[in-house]
Amino acid sequence: MTPISQKLNGPTGGRIPVKPSPLPERPSLDKALTGIRGLDEITGGGLPRGRPTLVCGGAGCGKTLLGVQFLVCGAADYDEPGVFIAFEETESDLAANVSSLGMDLRRLVESNKLRIDSVRVERSEIAETGEYDLGGLFARLGEAIDSIQAKRVVLDTIEVLFSGLTNHAIVRSELRRLFRWLKEKGVTAVVTGERGESTLTRYGLEEYIADCVIVLEHRIHDRIGTRFLRVAKYRGSQHGTNEYPFLVGRDGFSVLPITSLNLNYQVESKRVPTGVARLDTMLGGQGYYVGSSILISGAAGSGKTSLIAAYVRAACERGERCLYFAFEESPSQILRNMRSIGLDLEPFVRQGLLQIKATRPTSTGLEAHLVQIEDQINRFQPSAVALDPVSSLLAVGEAPEVKSALTRLIDLLKARGITAINTSLTPGGEAPEQSEVGISSLMDTWILVRNLESEGERNRCLYVLKSRGMEHSNQVREFVLSRKGIDLLDVYAGQGLVLTGAARAAQEQRELAAEVLHAEETELKRAEIGARRAQTAAQIEALRGALASEDRELEHLGNVAEARKKAITAGRADLARRRSADREPAPEAGNVR
Amino acid sequence: MSADVQPEIQPASAGPAPAEGYWDLRLYVAGQTQNCRIAFENLKRICQQHLENQYRIEVIDLLKNPQLAKGDQILAVPTLVRKLPEPVRKIIGDLSNTERVLVGLDIRPRSA
Repeated sequence: MTPISQKLNGPTGGRIPVKPSPLPERPSLDKALTGIRGLDEITGGGLPRGRPTLVCGGAGCGKTLLGVQFLVCGAADYDEPGVFIAFEETESDLAANVSSLGMDLRRLVESNKLRIDSVRVERSEIAETGEYDLGGLFARLGEAIDSIQAKRVVLDTIEVLFSGLTNHAIVRSELRRLFRWLKEKGVTAVVTGERGESTLTRYGLEEYIADCVIVLEHRIHDRIGTRFLRVAKYRGSQHGTNEYPFLVGRDGFSVLPITSLNLNYQVESKRVPTGVARLDTMLGGQGYYVGSSILISGAAGSGKTSLIAAYVRAACERGERCLYFAFEESPSQILRNMRSIGLDLEPFVRQGLLQIKATRPTSTGLEAHLVQIEDQINRFQPSAVALDPVSSLLAVGEAPEVKSALTRLIDLLKARGITAINTSLTPGGEAPEQSEVGISSLMDTWILVRNLESEGERNRCLYVLKSRGMEHSNQVREFVLSRKGIDLLDVYAGQGLVLTGAARAAQEQRELAAEVLHAEETELKRAEIGARRAQTAAQIEALRGALASEDRELEHLGNVAEARKKAITAGRADLARRRSADREPAPEAGNVR
Repeated sequence: MSADVQPEIQPASAGPAPAEGYWDLRLYVAGQTQNCRIAFENLKRICQQHLENQYRIEVIDLLKNPQLAKGDQILAVPTLVRKLPEPVRKIIGDLSNTERVLVGLDIRPRSA
């Protein structure tokens, strides 16, 4: 087992498992996986099995490393032992050189999975007389192959023979024989060659090795070097024809993620809070989609980083891992600054939920950045990645390059379901909608933070410019950062005005005053009416009293009249009795008797 | 010389001679190729003429002992290696050009 495998304990030694070829491929051509990240995808499954492949490029391009990694991966991961014939380095030099890339050649050698044979050709030590052939090389190679049942062979770089031997006619015919012999042995070979001025290799090795040719190149653009790999030829197989950037990283050789060959990632419909409650409300009440890409753009000092921090905190509180790539601030600076607005991220760093990786954008080429980002992602396996600001990568390359690289990065994140929060610095004065080098079209949710200047102050406001696949608010909100954190407030929108900050407060004060005044007036009126009403009630009471006395008077009158009538009647009867007058007929008669 | 090269240690001058006048030579071959046979014959002839009783020739067949190729960094066959006197010198080819062999081995013809 290689140290790589041990370090990351996976059957593929921690490298990304090679995905099935994205290119349509007939199964006819047998291929040997190189185990080199990206290369197997470009070649649709590796190098032609049982045939030699030419890898050419200038000095320092990584030819040797490609060869070593091809063997190491073969030996460690695919159970295919390999032989490395080094024409330029000694065994110990080679082992030392690649050990810094996590490859322990000695261990593989000890377990009989690898043979390293260094062949020294020193012209000054050799005199030539007459005919010869390269039987010695054949014998050595054959012995090495047989000793470990090697399936893979690397010859690095066999062109040394041309400089070491004067009789090029012999060398050429022997090379032809050598490659034929290697094919007969059925080993998959990588032959390296130095790039020539007008030919792929200085001595025209491409004449002999026609099955597969890979060209490596190291180019400097704007003082930033990037290495590129191209499959110039692959007989009997389709292959990616582009130049692909590659990087020699901590795990060796990796060709840049080619995930953008496809556009078929699965998406999540799960949502996660943004860390700012009001922003969740603006995004249909539920926040971002898991695995979506979010762009927060705005001018300097508009609060982009704080929105990232808010999300990071929310994610870490849910127990998710976040990976934060900072291109402008150091980790401790970010932690300090975010603490000042009440977002303490340090506990999450200590818990291992948050990693902040700060790099200068210009420290390496864009592609190298991407590989490093991918590398970190592979190691940390985060559920969210922040790039702050993604726009600083623009400084590293030309716009089309940047766009292509970012497309691949975003694709990569989407393909793995990682939520990506990116910030983008908008240069002042430009329309923010147009200054995003087209990356905004890759984003699912785009939040704009703007500075509004009025009445001698600057205020931030925020709105959601787009958010794919969800209902979202069209409202502009005032974005307030304070020691307590992030707050989104309604802006004053009325009377054809949008007011923020002090102006909004003043307007609100004015409105409040008017409100108070109005209330007071109402109160006054109410009291007035109350008084009047009371007066009226009193009057009613008085009248009611008068009415009652009238009633009583009227009743009294009635009583008097009744009494009087009775008295009269009684008097008359008495009189009649006294007069003994004739009987009163009718009713009274009964009564008396 | 018969058809087969004997890949065994050839008779050399008896006894260890001082380094100055003693030639320890190795001829690497790969099987019975024509080049190898010619080289062996040429070498024997040159040695007999110029290094009488002061040499030892060891023939190594890389088809039989391929691992021996590594020590002397053998690529081409036939290769003649002068182990002694030092420094080590190598001549590849069938040794058909006697002058070049003599120069290559740094042998001063005694008769000269």
